[in-house]
Amino acid sequence: MADPLNRDAAAIADRAGQLADEAQRLAAEASDLAHRAAQADAPGTDPLLFGLTVFALACFVGYYVVWKVTPALHAPLMSVANAISGVVVLGAMIAAGPAIFGISKILGFVAVVLASVNIFGGFIITQRMLQMFRKKDS
Amino acid sequence: MEASIASFAYLVAAICFILGIRGLASPETARQGNWIAIAGMAIAVGATLLRPQIATFELVLGGIVIGGAVGTLIALRVKITDLPQLVAIFNSLVGLAAVLIAAAALESPSLYGIPLNGGLATHSLVEIMASTAIGAVTFTGSVVAFAKLQGLMRSAPITFTGQRAVNAFVGLIVLMAALAFAGWGTAGLFWALALAALIWGVLVVIPIGGADMPVVISVLNSASGWASCGIGFTLDNPLMIITGALVGASGAILSYIMCKGMNRSLAHVLLGGFGGETEGPTGEAADRGPVKAGNAGDAAFMMRNAGSVVVVPGYGMAVAQAQHALREMVDMLEGEGVRVRFAIHPVAGRMPGHMNVLLAEANVPYDKVVEMEAINRDFPSTDIAFVIGANDITNPSARTDPSSPIYGMPVLEVDRARMVMFVKRSMASGYAGVDNPLFFNENTMMLFGDAKAMCEGVIKSLE
Repeated sequence: MADPLNRDAAAIADRAGQLADEAQRLAAEASDLAHRAAQADAPGTDPLLFGLTVFALACFVGYYVVWKVTPALHAPLMSVANAISGVVVLGAMIAAGPAIFGISKILGFVAVVLASVNIFGGFIITQRMLQMFRKKDS
Repeated sequence: MEASIASFAYLVAAICFILGIRGLASPETARQGNWIAIAGMAIAVGATLLRPQIATFELVLGGIVIGGAVGTLIALRVKITDLPQLVAIFNSLVGLAAVLIAAAALESPSLYGIPLNGGLATHSLVEIMASTAIGAVTFTGSVVAFAKLQGLMRSAPITFTGQRAVNAFVGLIVLMAALAFAGWGTAGLFWALALAALIWGVLVVIPIGGADMPVVISVLNSASGWASCGIGFTLDNPLMIITGALVGASGAILSYIMCKGMNRSLAHVLLGGFGGETEGPTGEAADRGPVKAGNAGDAAFMMRNAGSVVVVPGYGMAVAQAQHALREMVDMLEGEGVRVRFAIHPVAGRMPGHMNVLLAEANVPYDKVVEMEAINRDFPSTDIAFVIGANDITNPSARTDPSSPIYGMPVLEVDRARMVMFVKRSMASGYAGVDNPLFFNENTMMLFGDAKAMCEGVIKSLE
């Protein structure tokens, strides 16, 4: 009498275990789905929107930082702006870098040269100017 | 993984650039700020070199070496007086680079991972269009500004009949080419747009006169930033977007400050044709009564016995390269116990901050160089205002005469000083073509001659 009862109990326990596993799997799947849904809805995954977000914030940063620049240093401000706008070199490097030769490689090379003139020239002339700004007894 | 490393490096570089500009808030932190910006650029370039898109290094490194060498040579050799030209030419290079990169992106979009679904997406075309148009205008506009500043071209406005109509017409062609390119995206339309924008850049800058150059250079500086910003959008590169926005904002704010310094609107400056540097006395000037002219000896005697002198430098000082002689003169006066300071008008010279850099080059300590708003209240207690190579920025009719073309322009109120000395080559009116009534005042002394020779003359008399 006890034996079949035990067997039944074991079977039920087994089933319960399976059910728990199933529930866990479902839960995991649901959370995965929810996660994916959230990702799809999340702002900033569209590269254009992401770019616009960065752009808008950078404009504000630029606005506040530049207004803080002392008028005496407006000339170095322009030359350092020249230097950092040479950052387009990053795009030029990628055009000049591929293994296959093509028109874009030549365009990229010329752009690398131009942007590098700006980077080196801009930073060096800025440094030259800033060296000159001295207080009375220094 | 490489992509994350590069993105992180770009973030670090962006922060470095912001801190670099932040450093310019004071001369004490500026040098350090420049080093931080240099470090940021090195990080950004280094991280890009590691990216898998760069398979061969010959052209990339070769380009950096060639460009770097040229840039270094130029920057080390250029005279500080030629700074406005240098900034103009650097603006032009960024503009041209932006056009070339936009062309490369159009030629092989896959390089940059720009998605192709049977052609470029409209937003990619718009981004390429914007950076090309802005870049091309920046390029030729800056080349013309350079030619004017370098004296390769007449710096006075170059005008012809129907100019505005022609400019508007070419501008319309640029706009139509831009719209057509955004719609069809063919290489032919791309080059048509680039060509039209290149021509327009020339047309827009030639009618703008020399003394408006501070505005023109600032606007072009700003435009070079927006062009790199557009490239950043095309390539989905946040660092380029951030940097472009910083540079764009910087140029825009400088343009605003320069326009305010002249009390003119940006449109008024950019439409051009304002004033003209007339040589020789105008007919009107002769009727205004006698002027008191003095020589270096008189000036030396009066300044030596003055309690305080404020020096007002202008573009004429830069042209005559008088800053070193001026500083020597000031040193001698200080040795005699005279309190000397320098007053700077925001639009003095040919670029923002031009006078400050020239004085710094001549070893004038920056704490003796005072901005307009700060020094104007001190003129009533100043014995002598020594105006050297400046005119319009001291003209009191900007305050008093509503019919004057420069009415409303903020000026250095030198007329409130006990005495004004003008170092000038002749009685010619200034850039705005306006007579300066101060020349005819009781307490004005005209010192006719070259600015440098005059300073040397004063030095001799002081010895």
